[in-house]
Amino acid sequence: MEIKILFTILISTIFINNYVLSRILGLCPYLGVSKKLDSAIGMGLAVIFVMTIASFFTFIIYKFVLIPFHIEYLRTIAFIIVIASLVQLVEMVIEKISPALYQALGIFLPLITTNCAVLGVAVLNIDSGFITQEFGLLNSVVQGFGAGVGFTLALLLMAGIRERLEIAMIPENLKGLPITFITAGLMAMAFLGFSGMKIF
Amino acid sequence: MDYFKEFFKGVWEKNPTFVLGIGMCPTLAVSTSVSNAIWMGIATTFVLIGSNILVSAIRNIVPSHVRIPIFITIIASFVIIVELTLKAYQPAVYKALGIFIPLIVVNCIILGRAEEFAAKNNIPASILDALGMGLGFTLNLTVLSIIREILGSNKLFGYTLIPGMKPALLMILAPGAFFTLGLLLWGMNVIKARTARFKRTE
Repeated sequence: MEIKILFTILISTIFINNYVLSRILGLCPYLGVSKKLDSAIGMGLAVIFVMTIASFFTFIIYKFVLIPFHIEYLRTIAFIIVIASLVQLVEMVIEKISPALYQALGIFLPLITTNCAVLGVAVLNIDSGFITQEFGLLNSVVQGFGAGVGFTLALLLMAGIRERLEIAMIPENLKGLPITFITAGLMAMAFLGFSGMKIF
Repeated sequence: MDYFKEFFKGVWEKNPTFVLGIGMCPTLAVSTSVSNAIWMGIATTFVLIGSNILVSAIRNIVPSHVRIPIFITIIASFVIIVELTLKAYQPAVYKALGIFIPLIVVNCIILGRAEEFAAKNNIPASILDALGMGLGFTLNLTVLSIIREILGSNKLFGYTLIPGMKPALLMILAPGAFFTLGLLLWGMNVIKARTARFKRTE
């Protein structure tokens, strides 16, 4: 039963409610890092990583610190500080443990603090009512992981398209951001097709 | 210091969304109706003014290597003020904007202005800068939302325009947001190219 719910959460965050193309979150890195496929892969992995652990820690903090002290209204400030310090910590740990991984992810990690998708997933974990559920923590971690995978999927697709667009014939004024937005619109339309999908 | 210029640069010359390309997420996500757009603009402007005043006031005491966490904490406090105020006095707006109210914290415009302007200038100039940027942001949101509300829900300010006509629902969903902004940016590039050519021939 629990596996079924987890699978539903995973599929719905990756495809149906894709964070970039359906909820419109995390556009800055989506537009900024999607010029080259290599850097898109690095950014995507870093986002999956940070989103998963951020969901874990923000959930724990909300449940065991904010609720017992009745300071739920401080959610925003608590979450942003947790995420910022978490990103810093992850950066230091990766630098010590695996210099190769640090080389690949290093430059993207500081950028993630201001990625609104990370704070978005932390807030949505609380808003979707996981806090009162039995396996709430597991659910929210899976939602965080799925959101990261969905973001990476959209980012990789976009990077692939943009590498092709570089050599395509485009009107001068449409180059750069305008064509990127129109491409994103077409991709979002394609992802709308998932919204009719029923799982189980 | 030319205060007038500080105010107007946010509206046109350094317009946050259309020229600098920052603060995209709320611009696209919230512009489904004009009233949402204006409320979001007001909320963001309030946070911008508050954070700019505070950052400008403490700009000489803050050590530069911890300035970013301090700025973010200041911004987050103002966002909480906005969140609680809207929840208490405008519950419908609070519900419509939803997750995008806490996400004002990570709006790059606010941290960008704190870092780039308020940390270097005095309080009156920072207030004007915040007002100008806030006005520019609100105008962008309003323009986008007018287009999207007319096409996507056949309404303007909540009033039905042509009775009996079916609106293009796509325009208030995510794809419509991307298309509208893409086409608007295209239009702005065309205007810029035209004026540049016109100036050259003169």
